[in-house]
Amino acid sequence: MGRTTTIIIAAAAAVVILAGVLLFMLGRGSETAVNDLDKEMSDMALPSTDAAAPGAAPAGTLAGRSLVVVSWGGAYTKSQIEAYHKPFEAKTGVKINSVDYTGGIAEIKVQVEAKNVNWDVVDLEIADAQRACDEGLLEKFDAGILPPAPDGTPAVQDFVPNGITPCAVTSIIFSHIVAYDSTKFGTNPPKTLADFFNVKDFPGKRGLRKTNPKINLELALRADGVPGDQVYQVLSTKEGVDRAFKKLDSIKNNVIWWEPGSQPPQLLADGQVTMTTAFNGRIFDAQVTEGKPFVIIWDGQLQELDVLAIVKGTKNLDAATQFIAFATDTQRLADQAKWIAYGPARRSSLPLVGKHAIKGVEMGPHMPNAPQNSANALQIDFLWWADHQEELNQRWSAWLAK
Amino acid sequence: MSEPAKRFDRARIEKGISTGFAVAIFFFLLAPLAVIIPLSFNAEPYFTFTSKMLTLDPDGFSLRWYRDIAENPQWFQAIGNSLLIAISSTFLATVLGTLAAIGLARSNMPFRDFFMAILISPLVVPIVIAAGGMYFFYSSIGLAQTHLGIILAHTTLGVPFVVITMTATLSGFDRNLIKAASSLGADPITAFFRVTLPLVAPGMISGALFAFAASFDEVVTVLFLGGPDQRTIPRQMWSGIREQISPTILAVATLLIVFSSLLLLAVEMLRRWHTPPSASGR
Amino acid sequence: MGTAVAVDGFQLAEQFKRSGKRARRGTFLLVLPLLAFLTVSFILPIASMLNRSVEDGTVSQILPRTAAALRAWNGKGRPPFSAYSALADDLVQAQLQDSIGKVATRMNFERAGMRSLLIKTARVAQTFEPPYAQAFNAVDLQWSDPEVWGTLRHASALHTAGYYAAAVDETRKADGTWIEKPEDEQVYIMLFQRTLWIATVVTLLCFLLGYPLAYYIAHQSERTRNLLLILVLLPFWTSLLVRTTSWIVLLQTNGLVNDGIALIGGEGARLELIHNMTGTLIAMTHVLLPFMILPTYSVMLSVPPQLTRAAVSLGATPWTAFWRVYFPMTLPGAAAGGLLVFILALGYYITPALVGGRTGQMISNMIEFHMKTSLNWGLAAALGGILLGGVVVLYIAYARLIGLNRLRLG
Repeated sequence: MGRTTTIIIAAAAAVVILAGVLLFMLGRGSETAVNDLDKEMSDMALPSTDAAAPGAAPAGTLAGRSLVVVSWGGAYTKSQIEAYHKPFEAKTGVKINSVDYTGGIAEIKVQVEAKNVNWDVVDLEIADAQRACDEGLLEKFDAGILPPAPDGTPAVQDFVPNGITPCAVTSIIFSHIVAYDSTKFGTNPPKTLADFFNVKDFPGKRGLRKTNPKINLELALRADGVPGDQVYQVLSTKEGVDRAFKKLDSIKNNVIWWEPGSQPPQLLADGQVTMTTAFNGRIFDAQVTEGKPFVIIWDGQLQELDVLAIVKGTKNLDAATQFIAFATDTQRLADQAKWIAYGPARRSSLPLVGKHAIKGVEMGPHMPNAPQNSANALQIDFLWWADHQEELNQRWSAWLAK
Repeated sequence: MSEPAKRFDRARIEKGISTGFAVAIFFFLLAPLAVIIPLSFNAEPYFTFTSKMLTLDPDGFSLRWYRDIAENPQWFQAIGNSLLIAISSTFLATVLGTLAAIGLARSNMPFRDFFMAILISPLVVPIVIAAGGMYFFYSSIGLAQTHLGIILAHTTLGVPFVVITMTATLSGFDRNLIKAASSLGADPITAFFRVTLPLVAPGMISGALFAFAASFDEVVTVLFLGGPDQRTIPRQMWSGIREQISPTILAVATLLIVFSSLLLLAVEMLRRWHTPPSASGR
Repeated sequence: MGTAVAVDGFQLAEQFKRSGKRARRGTFLLVLPLLAFLTVSFILPIASMLNRSVEDGTVSQILPRTAAALRAWNGKGRPPFSAYSALADDLVQAQLQDSIGKVATRMNFERAGMRSLLIKTARVAQTFEPPYAQAFNAVDLQWSDPEVWGTLRHASALHTAGYYAAAVDETRKADGTWIEKPEDEQVYIMLFQRTLWIATVVTLLCFLLGYPLAYYIAHQSERTRNLLLILVLLPFWTSLLVRTTSWIVLLQTNGLVNDGIALIGGEGARLELIHNMTGTLIAMTHVLLPFMILPTYSVMLSVPPQLTRAAVSLGATPWTAFWRVYFPMTLPGAAAGGLLVFILALGYYITPALVGGRTGQMISNMIEFHMKTSLNWGLAAALGGILLGGVVVLYIAYARLIGLNRLRLG
């Protein structure tokens, strides 16, 4: 009995090991194949490990180098791969490895402090980029190398206000909006941010972002009737912060908290919430590619900038700098808007924005900075947040936990 | 004369109650596992039993979620990573843990209890503290976002299982057997391979299986230390659970239940093998 | 392992002693590789992380002159004039070297608003001229507040108790006295209490479910016993994430349990069973229950059945026999299981993170938040230090009272 068992176990172990090695190689193999064929149209962005630069003779001194570009994954990374990475690879011969993360600057800080930097370019929310820049975690960026608009307007004037900071260059304008499931409210749908806080007339759970107080406090004040241009003035006082938290208190027990950006459309689809805050691009994706009956309330949208920046101490500073200059030129930014409903950061890109690359939907009306959407928009003040983030984070996490 | 009958009744009622209670607790323990398996064959993307499933209509069932796994290279990569990391860390933990356990089992080991406590501590130290420490430290020596970093982390977490199982096995081990072997002319190494090893092998293998299972299920150190190339099965499940529990997750879960049942059976067989049926105490 | 060859008595004793020493060294050499490995892979990383809770050289490195000037001040009254000029020099340097953001963020951990104050002042510091005090006050009147300087003084020490104080919701005034933080920023004591509470409730639940079940299994025939044990071990071996997934599937608003409730009590009766404290308690009890059952069961097996029978035959009711004889004898098993469950529950992270929602979060989740999101590593280390301290004390108690060799897996 003893010997037989040993043999069985040894055999089982051997099978498991063999299967493991096989699966591992298989996994690797199929991944490469998918990248090569470029048939992967799913929502999941694959790290493009072994994909060789397609066609085109590699030019310049950068050929053969490789860059690690870090971004948010999903449809968003997909849009960057299509609009930035592929043409850049073709033009320069630099191989780009795309890596997903969930935001924040922890990873960057750990790498820089450990002097072991393996990320080159990171896609950040501008407030995070500002903080990282202040803490010396990002390379300074010389805005002079950014190409002018096709009509000759210098880059500095072509970008949206605050679009170029000492360490970072804005690529898109995205928006935090409230979205709802149109099947849940019949003939009397919600129209304003105030309706988001009105659980009586618009019953159902609400989705809010758990990660930090940013967005939530602005949203609460705007719903409470504070005009857009006074939000930060009000928030700068203790009473203003109290007011925002009090407004949030009114729905605290009706909230389902989300973290990754992919969650809100899912919460709506599952019927877990009837209304939620979300990134506008994610809701667009659910509307257009999945045909979900979701509606965006553009009124009172909170606009934010997303930037590209270079991690301090990267070994590929030239390639990273050239990549950012390339990715944020007029054509690239317009190309990206074909894949996802985030607005290009250059004014000169707007007229070039066309139809969705797959679904053929006209993209203009879905852009956060389209005139009909941005009438009552508020620009999130990242400099204000850089100063107040710490104290409000403290209060936010205390409020959440109680 | 009604007394014994009454007592009999009472005993029956008591037995009924205790059985009922036990069944209820077993239900609590096992229902979550039992529910997931049929739902993973649901033809619809829902987490409840459809009427077609309840009437056992074959149309209500489907293998589509399993096909999803098979067609998704991310899951394949995760399976490969999980096996690579688990097998490597199990190997390291077993070798290091067995050596240490042999030392700990000797009567002349100095500060035995102290060292034992140190070697088992990864089991009880809160995982966030361990993973956080490794996160900063491994980053500074370039081990973050590498397979090796996670293998070392998992070795650390697997070691206590090997040490515990092996010291338990060795405490029942008669050292006179080694003396007998050496008096018969065997050198220590021969004695180890011909006498000690065969006797402690079952304990070693079950310790290894525990370490394997621990690594195969570990997600926190992977969250802290792993990059996109180190995604393991639990890591994939983690993001699946946080973002959206798709039926594909249920299919993976079902496969894992089958897998862990096999591991459990292996461990149980080993236990039967090295403890004679009469001494069934653990 | 050498076989000693006797020569004469004295030599023999000497040789024994030497070979004893050698054997001890050999024994230790067997443990050494693992010990060395754990030191590097586990103990050192944790120690160096915990060091961040008391040692922080950011301010003393970036503002060295200010640190020196403030050391001479006792924190009472106004700061010395030398501190103003020193800070002016330091800020100019910090601005040039791009290190101002780092020290500003660090100071903001100590006192809200310091970040913008320092950055704003540093931007214009090179234009400062004596008298410096006026120059500072002209930029922002906060510089006339001794509390601001007091905060700088405390933070400029290489070693600080500030993070531990923050971890128990305390903060320090300029003169060194400790005061409570404003109420709407207090959270950690509450979280530690909640963590203790969750661990206690889970331990109790495990005992209430685990003890009877262990009793039931221990009193079956050997065949049934082994079968039932496998049923206990099956969830034990099943992936934690799998079990969490199933609880979410079962307990969510549109899940099976709520479907059942709705069937009986109507749609309005649906309960919130997940993404809150209830979810954390249910899932954690499920995960930790086997840790209670197994040691209790193995102690129960060792109790001779004759004992209770003897008690009953001596006139005790079955209940008295159980309560006075059986229960005390099996208590060590339950205590071993309970203590282990409690220790493990204190450090729980995954389950609360996935099913705890807002109200079911534990201290580990907060530690992770400060490590990965707020980047207040000193505070994360202090919270971790307190948690680890508690766990280590209980672990030592376990080792002393129960013995580590009683730890059994399955």
